[in-house]
Amino acid sequence: MTGTAAAPPSVPAVRVPRRRGTEAVLIVVAVLLSVYGYCDVGLAKNGTVPPGAAGYGAGLGVLALLAHLAVRFRAPYADPLLLPIAVLLNGLGLVLIYRLDLETPGDEAAPTQLVWSTVGVALFIGVVLVLRDHRVLQRYAYICVVAALVLMIVPIFFPAVNGARIWIRAGGLSIQPGEFAKILLAIFFASYLSANRSALAYTGRTVWKLTKLQLPTGRALGPIVAIWLLSVGVLVLERDLGTSLLFFGLFVILLYVATGRIGWIAVGLVLAGVGAFAVGSLEPHVHGRVEDWLHPFASIDAGEGPNQLAQSLFAFAAGGMLGTGLGLGHSILIGFAAKSDFILATAGEELGLAGLSAIFLLYALLVERGYRAGLALRDSFGRLLAVGLASIVALQVFVIAGGVMGLIPLTGMAMPFLAQGGSSVVTNWIIVALLIRVSDSARSQPVGAVGAAA
Amino acid sequence: MTIPRALGLARPGSATIRHVAAFCALLLIALLVNATRVQVVQSGSLDDNPANRRQAIARFGQPRGDIMVDGRPVTGSRDTGEQLRHERTYRNGPLYAPVTGYASQVYGTTLLENAEDDILSGTDPMLAPLPLWNDVSRTRNPGGQVRTTIRAAAQQAAYAGLGGKKGAVAAVEPSTGKILALVSTPSYDPERLSGTSASVARSWASLNASADKPMLNRAIRQTYPPGSTFKVVTAAAALDSGTVTDLDADTKSPAPYTLPGTSTRLTNEVEGCKNASLRYAFEWSCNTVFAKLGADTGLSDMLGTAENFGFNDGGLKIPSSVAASNFDTSMDSAQLALSSIGQYDTRATPLQMAMVAAAVANGGSVESPQLVDETTTDDGDVVRKTGTSSLHRAMNPATAMQLRELMTGVVEEGTGGNAAIPGATVGGKTGTAQHGIDNSGTPYAWFISWAQKSGEAQPSVAVAVVVEDAAADRGDISGGGSAAPVAKAVMEAVLAGS
Repeated sequence: MTGTAAAPPSVPAVRVPRRRGTEAVLIVVAVLLSVYGYCDVGLAKNGTVPPGAAGYGAGLGVLALLAHLAVRFRAPYADPLLLPIAVLLNGLGLVLIYRLDLETPGDEAAPTQLVWSTVGVALFIGVVLVLRDHRVLQRYAYICVVAALVLMIVPIFFPAVNGARIWIRAGGLSIQPGEFAKILLAIFFASYLSANRSALAYTGRTVWKLTKLQLPTGRALGPIVAIWLLSVGVLVLERDLGTSLLFFGLFVILLYVATGRIGWIAVGLVLAGVGAFAVGSLEPHVHGRVEDWLHPFASIDAGEGPNQLAQSLFAFAAGGMLGTGLGLGHSILIGFAAKSDFILATAGEELGLAGLSAIFLLYALLVERGYRAGLALRDSFGRLLAVGLASIVALQVFVIAGGVMGLIPLTGMAMPFLAQGGSSVVTNWIIVALLIRVSDSARSQPVGAVGAAA
Repeated sequence: MTIPRALGLARPGSATIRHVAAFCALLLIALLVNATRVQVVQSGSLDDNPANRRQAIARFGQPRGDIMVDGRPVTGSRDTGEQLRHERTYRNGPLYAPVTGYASQVYGTTLLENAEDDILSGTDPMLAPLPLWNDVSRTRNPGGQVRTTIRAAAQQAAYAGLGGKKGAVAAVEPSTGKILALVSTPSYDPERLSGTSASVARSWASLNASADKPMLNRAIRQTYPPGSTFKVVTAAAALDSGTVTDLDADTKSPAPYTLPGTSTRLTNEVEGCKNASLRYAFEWSCNTVFAKLGADTGLSDMLGTAENFGFNDGGLKIPSSVAASNFDTSMDSAQLALSSIGQYDTRATPLQMAMVAAAVANGGSVESPQLVDETTTDDGDVVRKTGTSSLHRAMNPATAMQLRELMTGVVEEGTGGNAAIPGATVGGKTGTAQHGIDNSGTPYAWFISWAQKSGEAQPSVAVAVVVEDAAADRGDISGGGSAAPVAKAVMEAVLAGS
């Protein structure tokens, strides 16, 4: 691990363009779009540009500028799309939360969210400045997993909020430690798997010669079973189906990327299926979610009025192709969690299928950029880390978007950057910071030196 | 470890990362397809789900258009700033409740509020300045106005005339079918059902539980045995069919009259009915003469005439639907005899009996009754104007002339003296309808009439009044006593205004 920061000067320097100018232009566009949305909400609701528009735009602009400077200074080869996408999603999230605040006077979430966004960007800048090489993280793999376990276990000792024990509440501050655990686990998985790939890939017996399906041996199976138990434990003790699904999906994806063995996917799917079925039929909270998914209008037929999922579907349907326009929908009818888990319904109603598709594509682009960085990197840990972080975003978007739109059972989870929730927005800024770091490493590698680092 | 593929394992394979990326692409496609399903394919049915409040929010998001009487609104709108924002208000609610109905946030709409809801709530496409304008702009038009045919003076006269008694009044303009008054008492204030507060639910419960049934529109939704007022129909059938040709000839009727095929003897409350002329029998309401006359005329002619007056028509709309008045289609002679004096299964709404009087006044032609004169946009541009249309010819013009003579005689010489108006020709018919098991119920008092101002070409008002006054002494109930003064007041109000 020598000379990583300063590339060997002997190699003919054919370097990719830095594209920092592109990033700056895109950030300006992202900030302007957010300010436009903010003004649009005010004009639609009150007929005037909101008094805080200038301050809001300036605040978001300064945050984005500082983040951009940090990248320009310490990660000059980073992918130019990552930061603008994060700024746009965060800005849009603030607009949507501000818009919903207008329906709930006395319960304003946007100012708090802006504070958390600032903390997130500060941590982003900190990570970009301090972490000069992502491979350093590999050394802290076991500290990461211990910290992750602690973060996941602590909320069990705090009172449940809305059925899930995933919160720590202290002094008016709510923290969801499970959010931070995602990153720590991704680091641990990437590190563990890059170190143990051989054992996991080339042991086991062939059960079905024709298809070459090899099942892993018991010793190698140990870790995956441990992770599976952890996921089920999270599910049962914290009643947090989404996080459980996310951890398990993340591990199976990284296992497959590390070993290339379909057998792991098969084992993973079987374990996930067994776990999901058992918990889905035994645990009442989860069972209720599955019932709601299968019969979203059952509560209407029972005369109890529409439940949240039904209200969410109504909101999406009301949006149609082009949406009602910002500020003109009625997604507040969803009630509780309209600003957090169900924030996408507001986007769907007021921006329509067109706006919703654009948001999905922004996430897809973010994820694709993560995978691209993973593909370009030469070190195993970096590849797995990039894939893992991008997959966290992808899985999270799918699980919550699929949940609020009736594609899969609803699980409480935050839409990255959009949803109200400090822990989530901070975590996502750190994820983007790490992706910036690995993409900088990937794109600053000298061209034509493939294999040299192997 | 000597592993053949050691070199390939140097880095996690690019192929596997691409597989994972492809998997994520599949998830993205699933999300987009599902979004299209919810937002486009199922959008309509989700929008129309009754549990989805968006339509209600949009509906109450703007002031509702007004219902007008004599060019003045009898309704209003109050901005509450709540979710279902604008609440309906009514000026003089109980007086006009049988016309307007209610428009509730919780309990929907009835009567004109229901029938003209598209205009009042602004969803009628005819309100749009351009075709498809609302679909393109995603906006709603301001609520339009509904101008009724009601005359405020006639409505107030009818309401005041009924006083605290249970009953109903329907008045129409014979030549056009325009409804000039439509009153039902006891009434209620529809404003009590506007809004979403707990008091609305309490009002709904108490109005429904009340024994007086204040929300029942007796003028068009309740049928009563018409009693002797039905003798107008029987007389028309007898004259049209030629059963009687001379109003003053002996009808050869026994009194008491034994119903054909039975031993039941029908008697009269008045003297002189034996072998009376049609004129005398009509003026003094001889049951024996008309029972025999109905039986003699026969079911086919009686039924045909009754249906041409509007009986047995369940499809009548003014534009709210009117309960069908009944004249049985298959009966034996005894039943037909009783039906011909407005008893047995014969039942009529007050509006139907007003149409009977109007047919006489209008030369035998029944005009389609209408409550809405025209609908307009909020700035007064006409959207639809209701034209006059003939429903049926109930009798020959010559028969109508004879019936006018008979009905005038009732007021000038017979049981309807209380309806006489100086300076006008008034024709009427009283009725007292027995009902209940063995006629134990308090009889209903009826009066139907029309009035023609001296010097005018034709009668300008026909009216039917029914009073089901349970509080009155049984002996006092007669059409001439309780109902005729109400009819007179309504007719005077119309004549004074025309």
